[in-house]
Amino acid sequence: MDIRFEEVGYTYQKGTPFQSRALYDINLSIKDGGYTALVGHTGSGKSTVLQHLNALKKPTEGSITIGERVVTAATDNKGLKSLRKKVGIVFQFPEAQLFEETIGKDIAFGPKNFGVSEEEAISRAKALLPQVGLDESFLDRSPFDLSGGQMRRVAIAGVLALEPEVLVLDEPTAGLDPQGRKEIMDMFYNLYKTQGLTIVLVTHQMDDVANYADHMVVLEKGTVVKEGSPRELFKESDWLTSMQLGVPSTVHFAQELERKFEWAFDPLPLTTDELAEQIKDRLGVTDQEAGDRV
Amino acid sequence: MNEIITLKNISYKYTDEETQYALDNISFSIEKGEWIAIIGPNGSGKSTLAKTINGLVEPESGEVKVGKFDLNENNIWSIREMVGMVFQNPDNQFVGSTVQDDVAFGLENLGIPRDKMVERVRDALEKVNMLEFAEREPARLSGGQKQRVAIAGIVALQPEIMILDEATSMLDPKGREEVLRTVKEVKERENLSVISITHDIDEAAAANRIIVMRAGKLVKEGTPEEIFSYGDQLIEMGLDLPFPEKLKSSMKELGIRVPSEYLTEEGMVEWLWTYGSKK
Repeated sequence: MDIRFEEVGYTYQKGTPFQSRALYDINLSIKDGGYTALVGHTGSGKSTVLQHLNALKKPTEGSITIGERVVTAATDNKGLKSLRKKVGIVFQFPEAQLFEETIGKDIAFGPKNFGVSEEEAISRAKALLPQVGLDESFLDRSPFDLSGGQMRRVAIAGVLALEPEVLVLDEPTAGLDPQGRKEIMDMFYNLYKTQGLTIVLVTHQMDDVANYADHMVVLEKGTVVKEGSPRELFKESDWLTSMQLGVPSTVHFAQELERKFEWAFDPLPLTTDELAEQIKDRLGVTDQEAGDRV
Repeated sequence: MNEIITLKNISYKYTDEETQYALDNISFSIEKGEWIAIIGPNGSGKSTLAKTINGLVEPESGEVKVGKFDLNENNIWSIREMVGMVFQNPDNQFVGSTVQDDVAFGLENLGIPRDKMVERVRDALEKVNMLEFAEREPARLSGGQKQRVAIAGIVALQPEIMILDEATSMLDPKGREEVLRTVKEVKERENLSVISITHDIDEAAAANRIIVMRAGKLVKEGTPEEIFSYGDQLIEMGLDLPFPEKLKSSMKELGIRVPSEYLTEEGMVEWLWTYGSKK
């Protein structure tokens, strides 16, 4: 399901003396089956854009096409519910929203709200637990006896239980340890690769953008200032640094090497694996030699 | 030796039924002015350990000594005055309606006279570079600014020890840098001892010594260089790999022989340079 923003603007408390403009002139497209990273520093409008992705907010200007539906300021709130099933949002620190007495019931809550039978909802919960790295034995346990990282997985399962086509993630790994971070990011990547889930990731972590995303949108002061592939955009490291975003550590180091050794990497390496390959070529290490050296 | 904190054989369980100890026979000490980073995966007991120092957690067995006090019911409040804590979530630790009210809160509790209080609040805000925000509402600050105000709240109490419990983990990279810089400055100026519980490699690198926890046990102890040289194993220790370690591991997979000791980024560049010129 594609999502397209056309000339979208959003003003809080429009028409009152307190009005304040959060978004303006936003054009962007999120491709079906893609992995889009939405970046921008605090206050750039990321969260407001995010709430438009499933019509939690309606634009005060312009239009947003979500699959077949067009949402404008004039759109009636009726019938927007189905959009929220198709576009699932995992908000920041989603574990704060757990409330049921068992993990199974908590995961089943969303689908039941959308009319899925109790039985079916629980069976979805059961099937989802292993996907988020927990096993079935968790089903009847209280979510409040879990560690923070486990609670986060349960909350994510609750969103996946709606069987969304688009999964929106707002800083999904904040506060987790590096191992937990990697596991959760790999899990999303796996859903994207194997089930064709469309992913929108809001993040400050440029390494995650480099490792996972195929498209990148940069927001600044309420509008889109750049859009393109991470490889293209990360070339402009000075500009990104001036936006207080920075570049992935691999890009930073690669550029350091380019300066010191007067090398020019092509294409720009985004991951350590890509960089290692290119260094190997540059240093003229042949496979034969590499073999000897092991 | 001028030890400010000494823990001896500390053990603790959350409930009696629990078979697994949250803290399992832990001993270590910290010297005045030292900065210790405690690392370890989520759930390894780092925060629980920190909370034993000011009596927020009462160990089942073992001894806690802070300054000249052996922690007990009678001196717990004196110890709490010596130990300031900054927690993870910047939004959960504000009580005042303005930044300066918030910093004054702790002083009010101690019954400090008003004129003295005003002076100490200003002084503390100045030290964290937040004086110009004194009249602002805490809710309108960025995450990094909020944590700096929380640090000012502690500095105002003139403690001897500051504990940072994942204080930078919810911040964006800029906020993280801002807070880390502030901690460094304040620590130097006030000669504080710092304990930082962290998953952040830069924060761990700022410490004099790193303590590694796993499943309630203290499993390793060393300087940042010593600990960082564990390479790939750092991930299991709850720390992200320093970039040169990640690159080394990718190069190793291609069969390139890389040095086993810890390299900084500069060290890595130098090594590549030598490697290239030998060919």
